[in-house]
Amino acid sequence: MKHIRKAVGLSGLVSIIASPALAQEVMSLDEKVNSVFASITGPFVNLIFAPFPGTSFPWIVMWLVVAATIFTLYFGFVQFRFFRHAIQLVKGDYADPKDAGEVSHFQALATALSGTVGLGNIAGVAVAVGIGGPGATFWMILAGLMGMASKFTECTLGVKYRNEYEDGTVSGGPMYYISKGFTERGLPGGKFLAILFSIFCILGALGGGNMFQANQAHAQIAGIVGDYPGWLTGIVFAAVVFAVIVGGMKSIARVTEKVVPFMGIMYVGAALIILFVNYDKIGWAFGQIFEGAFTGLGVAGGFVGALIQGFKRAAFSNEAGVGSAAIAHSAVRTKEPITEGFVSLLEPLIDTVIICTMTALVITISGQLMADPATGLYMLNGNHIATVDGNTGVALTSAAFGSAISWFPYVLAVAVVLFAFSTMISWSYYGLKSWTYLFGEGKKTELVFKVIFCVFVVIGAAANLGPVIDFSDAAIFAMAVVNIFALYFLMGIVKKELFSYSTRLKSGEIKKFKN
Amino acid sequence: MTTKLVVGLDGLSSGDKALEYGKKMASLIGDCEMVLLYVIEWSPYSFQTPEENAERHKRREQEIELAMSRIVLPAEAAAKEAGFKARGIVRHGDVAGTLDAVAVEENANQIIIGRTSDGGFASWVVGGVPAKLVMNASVPVTVIN
Repeated sequence: MKHIRKAVGLSGLVSIIASPALAQEVMSLDEKVNSVFASITGPFVNLIFAPFPGTSFPWIVMWLVVAATIFTLYFGFVQFRFFRHAIQLVKGDYADPKDAGEVSHFQALATALSGTVGLGNIAGVAVAVGIGGPGATFWMILAGLMGMASKFTECTLGVKYRNEYEDGTVSGGPMYYISKGFTERGLPGGKFLAILFSIFCILGALGGGNMFQANQAHAQIAGIVGDYPGWLTGIVFAAVVFAVIVGGMKSIARVTEKVVPFMGIMYVGAALIILFVNYDKIGWAFGQIFEGAFTGLGVAGGFVGALIQGFKRAAFSNEAGVGSAAIAHSAVRTKEPITEGFVSLLEPLIDTVIICTMTALVITISGQLMADPATGLYMLNGNHIATVDGNTGVALTSAAFGSAISWFPYVLAVAVVLFAFSTMISWSYYGLKSWTYLFGEGKKTELVFKVIFCVFVVIGAAANLGPVIDFSDAAIFAMAVVNIFALYFLMGIVKKELFSYSTRLKSGEIKKFKN
Repeated sequence: MTTKLVVGLDGLSSGDKALEYGKKMASLIGDCEMVLLYVIEWSPYSFQTPEENAERHKRREQEIELAMSRIVLPAEAAAKEAGFKARGIVRHGDVAGTLDAVAVEENANQIIIGRTSDGGFASWVVGGVPAKLVMNASVPVTVIN
């Protein structure tokens, strides 16, 4: 790490920028960053993605699926029973006018969504479909629907056990509910698990919440303006992120927070237009999704390959069970923590079931994935499906949208940069909360994390997609290992809250303020 | 029965004019209480960063305290000194909607506001606070020029 920091030091950068003769050196810098990064993170990645003995099925994917299934059953399909109520809460039907000016359910949901809707929906889906074929979409949707119950569980606990400080600020998230909840239930090890979660959350913030974003934003820009060293994008991104999180330039973040939702709507709108224009292929595309889900249609690993990719990308995109959303949702002002749980279950629905499916359908319909006309099976290039221009990740999504709307890659580039930026801002906060949980509140402590976060932006933009995506996934899934383990011990508390709330809702004790 | 007037304050001369008119009305009515209301424009559907959310409660308290100490309490004290019954309130929300909601809540007889100088595209499309109140308020509205 010291070596990397030295390599991108200020004097080094100035000389590289000033002298085109050093271009060769610049290219080797990216490669050097990549190889150092891959060798450091390799063992951690291998541990998280270790397959069950004798199979190619990673245990971590099963861990997430089993948890989402257990929560779905344990709470009696809460995601479907309380779906309408969740919408009413977001609309503000149950909001006490006296609480006006506090964080509303809508705001908490929008903030959490700006941390999750982003590259996972654009690049992540392309990775899933590019490896697992259209069939991965089916498993992604299923994981999204089940993940709603995981999100409900963690966000309810996030609000219930948050810290409210005397100055009126709040801090919440798995580290708080794990330590407090375990103590309340008289269980040992709460503090240890909370610390472990915080460490993984910091790694997740630096990986999926930072490096993956910087990496894919660079790929998108380079795809349009031509190839150039990744660290240049990294430096620019790091400077802007630094200005916001260290320099306190909230105006940049505020503008992004306002523009991102419109970009999201625009993205879905463009996908809908493409689907509308190609309405005759929608039936075929769904056919590919269903057939691929159970046969694989020739992808590496068959239907298991499709399943693994679908579940992996869904978890990476909507972060259900990971615990990050619980940090974002814990700021809401409510007397009933469970209401935030209901609201949060909309997140995987919007993120995965709606937006990710749109991306997958557009990629499938665009014909970017190459299939053998004789057999109907997809053609492989290594473990990937061969694509028309050899594109993977965000470049594949861009090409798919570009094949229908020629100028859309430019809009997508702007969207990707903004999505990446807003996700980074959100994750810098999640990472910071874990950091302060470990090292205590204080300006100096916070500054150390913020500077590290900015350094990782540069590393992420300079490294290749492979090692970055592996580390991003591994770090985020490591959070889920601890979080879900703790949720099994704390889900009884949520069930009591659910029973109490639903009884009072049915009896009319909980009233609407708006009709 | 005490007549209640909701007077909209905005920290500008338009709010002062509304208060002056309110005092004139109160002295003509006799048994009258003025509810001096300052609304901090706020929407539950705006977008915020996680950090802003975490600090929102603290900021809200600060905003209320600031509006109270700089606008509402001085106006309330001046009105009381002049012999009027007056009570100050600060609320967050949509200005027109909150003025009306407080008027209903307080069982007020009238809302008095100054003509605001809010312009721009939004007020051209959906109308300013006076226009919204005149069209939608549950009680009579007086707009002071």
